[in-house]
Amino acid sequence: MNGLLIACLLIPMITAAVSFISTNSAKLRGATSIAGSGLLLMIAIILLYQVAIGGPVSNQMGGWQAPMGITLIADTLSAILIVVTAIVALSVNIYAIGDISEERIAGGFFTFLNMLIAGVMGAFLTGDLFNLYVWFEVMLISSFALLVLGGNKVQLDGAVKYVAINLISTVLLLTAIGLLYGLTGTLNMADLSMRVPQVENQALVAVVAVLFLIAFGIKAAVFPLYFWLPASYHTLPISVTAVFAALMTKVGIYALMRTFTLIFPGEHSAIDMTLLCLGVLTMILGVFGAMTHSDIRRILAFHVIGSIGFMLLGLGLGSALAMGAAIFYMVHGILIKALLFMIAGIIGKLGGSFELSRLGGLYQERPGFSILFLLAALSLIGIPPLSGFWAKLLIIEAGLHHDAPLIITSVILVSLLTFIPLIRIWSEAFWKPKPLDVELLSAEQSSDEPLDSKTPPSVATGTEVVAPSISLPNKYAWFPVIGLSIIVLLIGFFPGNLIKLSDSAAKSLMNPSTYLDTVLPNRPSVKANANEVQQ
Amino acid sequence: MEILLSLLVGVLMSVSVWMLLSRNLVKFLFGLVLISNVANLIIFKVGGLTMGAPPLIVDGIAAEYANSLPQALVLTAIVIGFGLVSFTLVLALKAYQAIGTLNVDEMTLAEKRQDPDDSSEPS
Repeated sequence: MNGLLIACLLIPMITAAVSFISTNSAKLRGATSIAGSGLLLMIAIILLYQVAIGGPVSNQMGGWQAPMGITLIADTLSAILIVVTAIVALSVNIYAIGDISEERIAGGFFTFLNMLIAGVMGAFLTGDLFNLYVWFEVMLISSFALLVLGGNKVQLDGAVKYVAINLISTVLLLTAIGLLYGLTGTLNMADLSMRVPQVENQALVAVVAVLFLIAFGIKAAVFPLYFWLPASYHTLPISVTAVFAALMTKVGIYALMRTFTLIFPGEHSAIDMTLLCLGVLTMILGVFGAMTHSDIRRILAFHVIGSIGFMLLGLGLGSALAMGAAIFYMVHGILIKALLFMIAGIIGKLGGSFELSRLGGLYQERPGFSILFLLAALSLIGIPPLSGFWAKLLIIEAGLHHDAPLIITSVILVSLLTFIPLIRIWSEAFWKPKPLDVELLSAEQSSDEPLDSKTPPSVATGTEVVAPSISLPNKYAWFPVIGLSIIVLLIGFFPGNLIKLSDSAAKSLMNPSTYLDTVLPNRPSVKANANEVQQ
Repeated sequence: MEILLSLLVGVLMSVSVWMLLSRNLVKFLFGLVLISNVANLIIFKVGGLTMGAPPLIVDGIAAEYANSLPQALVLTAIVIGFGLVSFTLVLALKAYQAIGTLNVDEMTLAEKRQDPDDSSEPS
């Protein structure tokens, strides 16, 4: 029994409930939520420490032993991701106080945010496939609520697309889980990992694997299935976009990693090839998409897609080295995306718009802030010694080991291309002088999109809709931005520990015998057989 | 019985895919309701059907019993599906009230605004 695992789920849930029930004041709700996520971060760090020292920690819910009951398990990968999630949760909670309007908070913003975090935590911790589906649903319904909260027309329009595609992916996931249960008679992932190789009809297993690939691929915004992401992310308040961009797609990638190393390991060279192709295409289209846009939020949304491609490459190459690179990239990607979107939010407040043509002169006004943006952007591009450099270096190294020149070429090419949209933000928003006709343009824009009559322009979306009201960002916005920048810098300057951690996470993914032993302490004699297949 | 159920799954699946491809949001929603029930039927079917036996083991008697897990799974999935569908219905209603159309091709508010700005962009 280990209470930490349950605490990781209960704390956000209790925070969600308490912040809504106990008080009506927006400030107090925010404070409750911050306290909750601070506690969560502490617990997550203790959990990571335990897992790094003593191996995977598991918990059988309700006292039912493994294949029967629901298992919670944290191996190194889960523990790393839980810490990163808790960091993002804390930052977004602080950022939201200054960013989210009172009406949205009255509508339960912090409740949904914390439930979303609970869903993400659950998805990272569960060792049961059907339970994974349930956590995905928790995450999904909270994200729906955040999407439409205080919704104006544009937000509703984005929400329709997001909801539709995600519900389809949910049905696919449920179907895949059902079919897998029919084939093996179990839903426990550790148990599945031993039973799937014994299934006679391996063709059907491959079909189920592809269903999982599609279902998680939609969640992760993988190449042909990513159109919902740039269609909806830019319509939201920045705090929501930051948490979505940082976490939601990465949960999809995590689920792909888990299923394709534990349940469908090796042997499926066709699937690995598919993953590689999808990775390259996702990466390239993500960066091209970023180049064609001029709204900062949309540029960044396409970068989210691009970074998904890098992680898929790591998964597709399939060695421990490549997987370690993907895990490192995931940590870097989550932190840097949250940071960049928060910075974008501040740019929007300072400049009164997210449109590059209407911004300018920020470097003159705010040199310190400009350096922050530059650091984050250079880190995303992969300039040494920032965190993105190590992430990309590790992937290239893995590519060298696999003798995959195409992969290496595309990684380098995409990294170079990533330069263009980000430096465009730099030169347009920070470097060039402030455009003179800003007010003219923005007046025109606000007449273009009248708001839903019921929802007066809020502080959050107001920056975009009523552009002339250039406001100073709330002081709370600076804490998470500076905090995340420091973390990203630290990872950049001292990558050793994180690389070691992600490598050990990758090794236990590739050889899950400790994972299996933790979940099923008295495994039957199929042990030898299962290990053979996994290697 | 299993054959009949499988056929039903096939027919319902094709019908719901056809409806999901519709441009009308309401039709799409009905497709969604249908397809989530198809997924439930699949779980129910692949769990193995046992005719006329309770999902209980009577103490000491080696009688036939039905596998209760698929039923529990389907029940969970129905509850979740119900929540999601009712949310989506309300979303469709709100979207219709705000945007004034149910044709998804005409719902371009979130993406249209970009185009004129792009073309006027000097870069």
